[in-house]
Amino acid sequence: MYTQAMDIPDESGKKLASVSNAPSEQEAAFEARIEADGRIEPQDWMPEAYRKTLVRQISQHAHSEIVGMLPEGNWISRAPSLKRKAILIAKVQDEGGHGLYLYSAAETLGTSREQMLEGLHSGKAKYSSIFNYPTLNWADVGVIGWLVDGAAIMNQIPLCRCSYGPYSRAMIRVCKEESFHQRQGYEALLVMMQGSEAQKAMVQDAVNRLWWKCLAMFGPPDADSPHSAQGMRWGIKRISNDELRQKFVDATVPQAKVLGVTLPDPDLKWNEARGHYDYGQIDWAEFWNTVEGNGPCNKERLATRVKAHNDGQWVRDAAQAYARKQQERAMKEAA
Amino acid sequence: MTTPALKEWPLWEVFVRSKQGLEHKHCGSLHAADAAQALHMARDVYTRRQEGVSIWVVPSASITASNPDDKGELFDPAADKIYRHPTFYEIPEEVGHM
Amino acid sequence: MNAPADYLLHLADNAVVLGQRNAEWCGHGPILEEDIAMGNVSLDYIGQARLLYQLAATRLGGDATEDKLAYFRDDTQFRNYTLLELPHNGPLVGYAKADRDYATTIVRNFLYGALMVLVWDALEKSSDSDLAAIAAKSLKEARYHLHHAADWVVRFGDGTEESHQRVQAALDHLFPYTEEFWTPSAVEDAAVASGAGVDVRTLRAAWDAIVNDTLGQGTLVRPQGRGYVPEGKHGRHSEHLGYLLGEMQGLARAHPGATW
Repeated sequence: MYTQAMDIPDESGKKLASVSNAPSEQEAAFEARIEADGRIEPQDWMPEAYRKTLVRQISQHAHSEIVGMLPEGNWISRAPSLKRKAILIAKVQDEGGHGLYLYSAAETLGTSREQMLEGLHSGKAKYSSIFNYPTLNWADVGVIGWLVDGAAIMNQIPLCRCSYGPYSRAMIRVCKEESFHQRQGYEALLVMMQGSEAQKAMVQDAVNRLWWKCLAMFGPPDADSPHSAQGMRWGIKRISNDELRQKFVDATVPQAKVLGVTLPDPDLKWNEARGHYDYGQIDWAEFWNTVEGNGPCNKERLATRVKAHNDGQWVRDAAQAYARKQQERAMKEAA
Repeated sequence: MTTPALKEWPLWEVFVRSKQGLEHKHCGSLHAADAAQALHMARDVYTRRQEGVSIWVVPSASITASNPDDKGELFDPAADKIYRHPTFYEIPEEVGHM
Repeated sequence: MNAPADYLLHLADNAVVLGQRNAEWCGHGPILEEDIAMGNVSLDYIGQARLLYQLAATRLGGDATEDKLAYFRDDTQFRNYTLLELPHNGPLVGYAKADRDYATTIVRNFLYGALMVLVWDALEKSSDSDLAAIAAKSLKEARYHLHHAADWVVRFGDGTEESHQRVQAALDHLFPYTEEFWTPSAVEDAAVASGAGVDVRTLRAAWDAIVNDTLGQGTLVRPQGRGYVPEGKHGRHSEHLGYLLGEMQGLARAHPGATW
């Protein structure tokens, strides 16, 4: 899973440009290393704006993984075969793992998980808007694997070369696991498309609802993407939104054909001159409305995360209290 | 470990040996209340695909790291000791592999 | 000698029902690390259920399949312990809703995990070699499940005042359901007679030892039995199984004959 939210400023991201007041020698060394495609590690000096941008980007990515557990989790209890149930549990669990790897990467920048969760729970931090849409039939699970994770992989592979070491290492681990996610989704859809009319209709319905949301996942057009240029220069972002989106469309059209589903875009056609598929207009007004909290499921998703965290407080406290008692006992014994 | 507040479980670094005979390799971190729990959670988080046969966990706060500012004095002096490498020496071909 | 198919179904139904319940935590766990850990427990149970249903389907022959057995039998045909179908909260009627309580989840996994470590250990020597193979695989998983749950029982018991109170309440609620473990059904008796099954009564002392040891470490009080013996494994369940199966089987039953 993945976030387009890379480009979406939040409270902390708005005033970044003016933050940096570093000694010029350190700054020059940093810039030179970036220029040479070198890696930055946690203890290296880095401009405050670079640190903040990374924390924002990585935590948004982590939040997307965690919130992204919910739409698919919605079908675990109802998976129509035990094999699919096991696959789905493993996949949703993997997303939790990806969130964890990413939170860990962000923690190396001096922001605790608790702080990041506060950002998510208070609504300040963003996550991918794709998860603010409901999963309405079983085929949604397959389509999320095929298209949403497919879009994610497009986005994530370049991030394996991200300039920040811990982030790039986390992404390598994530990417290794992610290809299972896309393949299981596509395979589940293939089986359904060979099944009954009702099964085929489920697949087409899910594609119709999710296709445009997936295109929007790559973020606003390059022209309207204020953070992109800086991110590219810093090696935090490697390929532009529009380029990735095009790559995704080009890769997906033949897959849809094999599957036998129609992508719901009358303007979608091969452009010989460009060597790419042309596609129609994305509804950016709807996208921004969802990002701003007004999508069909924003409130449900967030409230569910907050509830899980709050309900789990006594569990975390208990473990901590027990660990403390054990430590005290050990110290008494030693004394 | 270091924070007295009950707010959050401490952070642990996880090292996994991927197979017998290989070294433990750093693979990430996680939160756990104590070492025993950290080991179990490391198993669940970092070895879901048979990535390991042995796990170490270390409190993140216990790691002492070299200062990146010292990189020059720590590591650069090794750069010109090329005679430490076997390729520095030319041996007649008829001697074969040495 | 092979185990009776009904005996395999009893073991399979236990696994699928508890796997289904535990998976309800996926995405809602108390902390990310534990969410992932519980996911592994759920996956183990679903995996065990699949192997057992597959074996039962082979033995039953005809058009029986793993999924037919899991998805197209009614609640009265399910042979799981009543303990395993209860929701993750205190005593409530079937259609009541309550917040999930992690203490309930953990206590159930502990009580059942302690049993299954002993059951699988015994079934490794089953005269049914296919069942013995499943037991060998499941035993390792069960040991981990028991370790995981017992660890939490102790942490809750000897943690905070709230966690102690919650885990004791969960014990008080769930413990009576374990009475069902110790009264063999006709199917279990037949399995024992064939050499393929285990006489649960022989496991009771070892189970008591595990339970008493963990409860002691957790400063918890073992509840007294109340003379009630649930009959889930005879197909007479609580009000909760119908809801659980309604949810689990609904989609599959809406498309009979479909492949997924």
